[in-house]
Amino acid sequence: MTGLILRRLGIGLITVLAVSIIIFFGTKILPGDAAQIRLGQQATPENVAAFREKLGLDKPYWQQYLGWLSNFLRGDLGISLSSDVPITQLIADRYKNTVIVSCLTALIGVPISLMLGIMAAMFPGSLYDRVLTFISVSLVAAPEFFTATLLVLLFVFALDIGNAVVVGSTEGKGFFELISHFALPIATLSFVIASQLIRMSRAAVLNVMSSPYIEMAILKGVPRSRIIFRHALLNAIGPIVNVVALNLAYLVTGVIVVEVYFAYPGLATLIVQGVQSRDFVLIQGLGMIFCLTYVILMLIADIAAFASNPRLRHPK
Amino acid sequence: MSSNDTPIGAHPDMLGGIPDPEDTDYFVAPYDDGVSFDELPDSAPKERFRLSLTGWIGAIIVTFWVLIALFGSWIAPWGENDLPFPDDYSEFQTPREGAWLGTDVEDRDILSRIVYGAGRTIGISFAATVLAYVIGVILGIGAAVSGPKVDMVMSRINDAFLSLPTIMLGLVVVAAIGSSIPVLICTAGLIYATVVFRLARALGQEIMVMDFVEAAKARGEGRWWIITREIWPNAAMPLITDFGLRLIYVILFISSLSFLGLGVQPPQADWGSMVRENLGALQYGESIIPVLAPAFAIATLTVAINLVVDDVSAQAGGRLSKRL
Repeated sequence: MTGLILRRLGIGLITVLAVSIIIFFGTKILPGDAAQIRLGQQATPENVAAFREKLGLDKPYWQQYLGWLSNFLRGDLGISLSSDVPITQLIADRYKNTVIVSCLTALIGVPISLMLGIMAAMFPGSLYDRVLTFISVSLVAAPEFFTATLLVLLFVFALDIGNAVVVGSTEGKGFFELISHFALPIATLSFVIASQLIRMSRAAVLNVMSSPYIEMAILKGVPRSRIIFRHALLNAIGPIVNVVALNLAYLVTGVIVVEVYFAYPGLATLIVQGVQSRDFVLIQGLGMIFCLTYVILMLIADIAAFASNPRLRHPK
Repeated sequence: MSSNDTPIGAHPDMLGGIPDPEDTDYFVAPYDDGVSFDELPDSAPKERFRLSLTGWIGAIIVTFWVLIALFGSWIAPWGENDLPFPDDYSEFQTPREGAWLGTDVEDRDILSRIVYGAGRTIGISFAATVLAYVIGVILGIGAAVSGPKVDMVMSRINDAFLSLPTIMLGLVVVAAIGSSIPVLICTAGLIYATVVFRLARALGQEIMVMDFVEAAKARGEGRWWIITREIWPNAAMPLITDFGLRLIYVILFISSLSFLGLGVQPPQADWGSMVRENLGALQYGESIIPVLAPAFAIATLTVAINLVVDDVSAQAGGRLSKRL
């Protein structure tokens, strides 16, 4: 078991290294030179050359890469090309905003959708199950901004609560004020992950429900609720944790579109700005943060999958 | 014993009584009447497809959008960048005669732009999915049939790309080489080739070791015969249903990139970029149609494809793609 987890962690580490290589060299093929961009068009060639030396751009690529990686590990993400400010300073406030929205989404969206999914698995084929399945199938395939538009239509245009754009800072606002401020992005993201979570948690429970020992329990005459909560759910926890981690990883992607939609001052809007202004120091730093989060969540999903499966835990 | 009385404890197959000899389904015993090996069917029996109601609805919507995409330029009431009301400069006009869905941020007809955007969104996504399939299937089958070392190297590289969020990869590529339609097609094609690679490799490995393939080899069938008669019928359904699913993801990916302003560039119309252009209408509370209409178009298309795919994979081929 420990060996397996260690091996999985090793693979995760290698993946992170591969990711850093892809991101670093992916942004290296960008046309334009960091020193030239920072100094502007008027800079003399001598100034640019001196600055290149200061930034270490005259060294071979692999040395640049190692320097960049060790700086990243020490928490130094470099200096933004477009605004001349350290990246860490740029993202400090926005990081908090993105974390708030993601955590609130996880806290609100995950329990509700798990409950709905497990209830659907309790009554497979019922009207409730079929309606829920149809809605989640439809939402899975719809783009995030469609869900967002529907929510705006409902809350802003029909009910006249909330606002379609998140403006202003979060400083000095009370908890409930903050929630109404973030309500629509959180609701959208919750819907996005719910559609996946409901389907997958339903499938996970149903999968356990079709195993012989559950059939045995049914034949013994164990009541349905007891079968679900005492017999099935315990064995479904592993797959469900796996599903939750996978969906939180998916949240990393979803958050980019949703933040831009609501003009939310988070990390995702920053990276889109970075791409538009071709600020590749910013793209490298933020790209690594996003990919790291994603890889770590996938790792948790993997470990949960085999930690919960005795057959994988004790291989023959 | 009459045919109606069923012995207690009989096998479920016997519950209806003794089968009717006219009902030929019961009598397929290959051992009677001197059926020789020469007369064995040389391909799997044709499976009949019956779409359910939701499947039919999906198929009709998909056909509708494909027709719009193909013949859009003839149907559209206005050109892509025409102004239906050149004398009236106000943006986001409400629907009225001449512009049935109103006008957008630059006073262009939304309906016409959706019709033009259909061709671009569907065309790019379809081309990208085909590209993903060509690359993924060739490399995946190649990995499955080549030695374990080649297979491992290819799979590890593939896993590294698979473990990145697709939209991040797209962002980095677009940041590096700028956005144009060929770049979009190649980027989406390469990104999604990783998933196809995994599916094709697993399928190839699974089928190559099946007993019937071994049997065909032992019978002395040629390689072409084995590929077309044994492997293809078994690989086709999973691949076709997966193609539908992949198409959905590619449409969402391309639309998301366009929505972020990194996909199809203005003034060209594309559903994702239309949502972005008109976001102002929503944020200033003016009107919802300019944003809702293109978003709704994408949603109807992807949900409809999903309905068809769900229906088809429920009948065949769902097994493998579910497991992956």
